[in-house]
Amino acid sequence: MTGAGSPTPSAALLEVRGLRVVFDGFAAIDGLDFTVEEGELRFLIGPNGAGKTTLIDVVTGLTKPASGSVRFGGEELVGKREHHIVRMGVGRTFQTATVFEELTVVENLDLADSFRLPLRSLFRRRRGVSDAVASALEAADLTALADRPAGVLSHGQRQWLEIGMLLVQKPKLLLLDEPVAGMSRSERERTGELLHRIASTHTVVVVEHDMEFLRKYARKVTVLHQGHVLREGSVAEVQEDPEVREVYLGRAKGKAVT
Amino acid sequence: MTLGRISLVVCIVLLALAPLTLSPFRLGLLAKYVCFAIVAVGIALAWGQGGMLTLGQGVFFGLGGYAMAMYLKLKEAGSAGLPDFMVWSGVEELPALWKPFGNPVFALAAVVLLPGLVAFLLGLLVFRQRVRGAYFAILSQALAAAFVILLVGQQGLTGGTNGMTNFSQFFGLDLTDPNGQRAVYAIAAVVLGVTFLVAKLLVRSRFGRLLVAVRDGEDRVRFLGYDPAVVKTITFTISAVMAGLAGALFVPIVGIISPALLGIVPSLELLVGVAVGGRFVLAGAIAGAIAVNYAKTLFSEDFAEGWLYLQGGLFVLVLVFAPKGLAGIVESVRYRLSSRKRAPSTPVEVAA
Repeated sequence: MTGAGSPTPSAALLEVRGLRVVFDGFAAIDGLDFTVEEGELRFLIGPNGAGKTTLIDVVTGLTKPASGSVRFGGEELVGKREHHIVRMGVGRTFQTATVFEELTVVENLDLADSFRLPLRSLFRRRRGVSDAVASALEAADLTALADRPAGVLSHGQRQWLEIGMLLVQKPKLLLLDEPVAGMSRSERERTGELLHRIASTHTVVVVEHDMEFLRKYARKVTVLHQGHVLREGSVAEVQEDPEVREVYLGRAKGKAVT
Repeated sequence: MTLGRISLVVCIVLLALAPLTLSPFRLGLLAKYVCFAIVAVGIALAWGQGGMLTLGQGVFFGLGGYAMAMYLKLKEAGSAGLPDFMVWSGVEELPALWKPFGNPVFALAAVVLLPGLVAFLLGLLVFRQRVRGAYFAILSQALAAAFVILLVGQQGLTGGTNGMTNFSQFFGLDLTDPNGQRAVYAIAAVVLGVTFLVAKLLVRSRFGRLLVAVRDGEDRVRFLGYDPAVVKTITFTISAVMAGLAGALFVPIVGIISPALLGIVPSLELLVGVAVGGRFVLAGAIAGAIAVNYAKTLFSEDFAEGWLYLQGGLFVLVLVFAPKGLAGIVESVRYRLSSRKRAPSTPVEVAA
């Protein structure tokens, strides 16, 4: 909206600098620097409490940082209200997918699609299905359930619907918070394929715990630990890093990086 | 769908036949219920669709009512005189606040704009601060209490506790004549129809879907790029305008407007009808408002004291056992009937 601003001369789409977030005296994020280039597919991992979700919350305006800056395409996001940030092109999903259960699947997608419409045209009734909604229905594999209330969807389908709602908004940056948590193996595979397709045309940041999923789909990985970046690199590099191993092995044996 | 259509037609026919069959006294009562039904449509929008439990609709009802009453009083007093209650209160000159209400266009505009503006400003203030749920309900109730205190305190300006009464003319209609009363009833019935239609179109529009989304997940709506405060403010304003229209019609129909009709208790009574009829269905809210007020008349004629307890009990019963009201009961019966129709295709017989 404020296109007249002066973007910094950088190719980075998202630039987080010196970020500090404090909850009741506890620093959930402390001195975090994080950069995502245009077109990247970035995975964000780390043990519980590392600050992954908090980072997404700060970028999307849900949590206010104590200090630091978050620049998106050169524009400062800190201090902006949530729906303004969405309108600038930052979309997100939540750990537990939240869709509107009383509305049908297609109505959920249509609402997501209509957010740039001027207010007065919202007072008209929806006629048919837009191309964006139709292709999102297909991408999320929900065409057959289009007219069912979203409340009947399974956990996996809700996640896909939420991703579909994100896609129709055509964001420049997608932030996915644990998209495969609680999914069955086949659901995880389909989500991975969906993710791959999305990443070919969007810049995506994924928070994920699932190591198998990570090995299969990740390119570049950032490891967070106690609110700062521990390591950044390819999956193989990160997996072999002794410090990363220590963090994971020391905290949760079940999630050992092997 | 077809059942809805049929009941709609039946309702229209019944409302149209009423002036021919009912005595003037009963018709006047029905006209009063129609006023409450108009408020009920607004409450069903704000509360049922938007999740805003508004306990202060009496304020907007009153703003519309007083705007209309002021015009009628001035009209009756003529160009030179003062409204009767001002003479009794010892007011000698028409207060400046009253002057523009001598103009019928201004008064009619005020009926709509006054409640709308108050609701809009209040909504903007309250919803942007993310005040919701019980906090919003309490705030709206406090508003009703404050409004009544204000009205009672300004004896010379508002008629105080007594309010305003003795209306004999309404835009050329003689309110003491049965034909004039029938005409006023017809106006109220048409306004109810228009209100219902507007609400129906709103619910079916994208905005209506967005409103439901805000009700069920306000925080999630923000991350779709919408400002929930705007959606809620617009809806709250529309519901206030509906209450204002109802208040303005109430004045010529019942012949009085006073603080006792607008306070906390009457505001709650407006809500009871909507809850009983079913707040999620517009037609249910209308039916509930008419039915509960009819019941109130019936019981009050015989034992006035008992009605309050009965009404309270009814409210609790509905909220506990049928939160979707009568409309919800009708819906589940229909669902059961339709699933029974489908049942014969399966060999397993349902025991019950």
